[in-house]
Amino acid sequence: MRRFLVHLTTALGLIAFTNVALSDGTATLRQGEPISVEAEAPKMTKVENNDVKRVRNYPEQPPTIPHKTRSYEISLNANKCMSCHARTRTGESQAPMVSITHYMDRDNQVLATISPRRYFCNQCHVTQVEAAPLVENEFVDVEELLKGE
Amino acid sequence: MLTPFKKLWGLVYRIWSSANRPAKHLSIGFLTIGGFVAGVMFWGGFNTALEYTNTEEFCVSCHEMGDNVFVELKPTIHYSNRSGVRATCPDCHVPHNWTDKISRKMQASKEVWGKLFGTINTREKFQAERRRLAGHEWDRLKANNSLECRNCHSTESMDITAQSTRAAEAHQTFLFTGEKTCIDCHKGIAHELPDMTGVEGWK
Repeated sequence: MRRFLVHLTTALGLIAFTNVALSDGTATLRQGEPISVEAEAPKMTKVENNDVKRVRNYPEQPPTIPHKTRSYEISLNANKCMSCHARTRTGESQAPMVSITHYMDRDNQVLATISPRRYFCNQCHVTQVEAAPLVENEFVDVEELLKGE
Repeated sequence: MLTPFKKLWGLVYRIWSSANRPAKHLSIGFLTIGGFVAGVMFWGGFNTALEYTNTEEFCVSCHEMGDNVFVELKPTIHYSNRSGVRATCPDCHVPHNWTDKISRKMQASKEVWGKLFGTINTREKFQAERRRLAGHEWDRLKANNSLECRNCHSTESMDITAQSTRAAEAHQTFLFTGEKTCIDCHKGIAHELPDMTGVEGWK
């Protein structure tokens, strides 16, 4: 009997917790829409294409991509990004060269071409869209943090 | 008494003699009008058949095209875009000018050979041949100054102010000066790329 009560309390507690989590809108993207109804999808937003660099939030942040990359192939066969951003291509393309770190293996040995572990550009570098964030971002820039003290 | 064989032989002989010297057996009016009508029918039939081979429906009727290059085309801008104007296979792969079109069609008889012997009848075989096949198309577009691109995209009508800064600069520096042609930079615009090792401009 005692064991049963413990289980019951735990179950009720869990239900209560889930309800709280659901009601503040962070735990679901459905925004309270019942599961049986198909929620209206938000509008697709356009990819930023202004070629203007965004400020990095911290020095190690991979820079964002300020242009469209539709159909840019990154595969075993070809890397479209590198046809502009490779060291030898920047003269013609006037694009920024990929960072020197990308030409090093994990033991900091310098390589002639991009390191295989850096090959898939969009693992870290992404295009941007003007969309409302799904969750609030409380990130504070280090400069702001220093000022605040 | 004529045997069936002699009857048949007689028929063949008469057809041959009139075909050999038609003016002796048939009136000049019949020959003129008949020749004209036959000519129209032959040319019409030839042209219709030729135009049929110039449709996307015909191209993708072979699984080699339908399962490889056509599915790759679908997510690209030349198939799916905001205005719904799209390019079909022959728009880019068959010259519009008649003589060039005929010579391309004669080359295409080699592709029939490939089809019959299954040169690229699996995805793996296709991928293995991809560099060579793509190379043929790059060479053709390089040689004719990207004519099939320019059939739709004219430099005169290209409003670079509507382009991104990056694109506008590239077009002014390389396209308008004639230093480069479309295919030099836009390889892989409509299909996946082969292994680009050693291709100029690729790393």
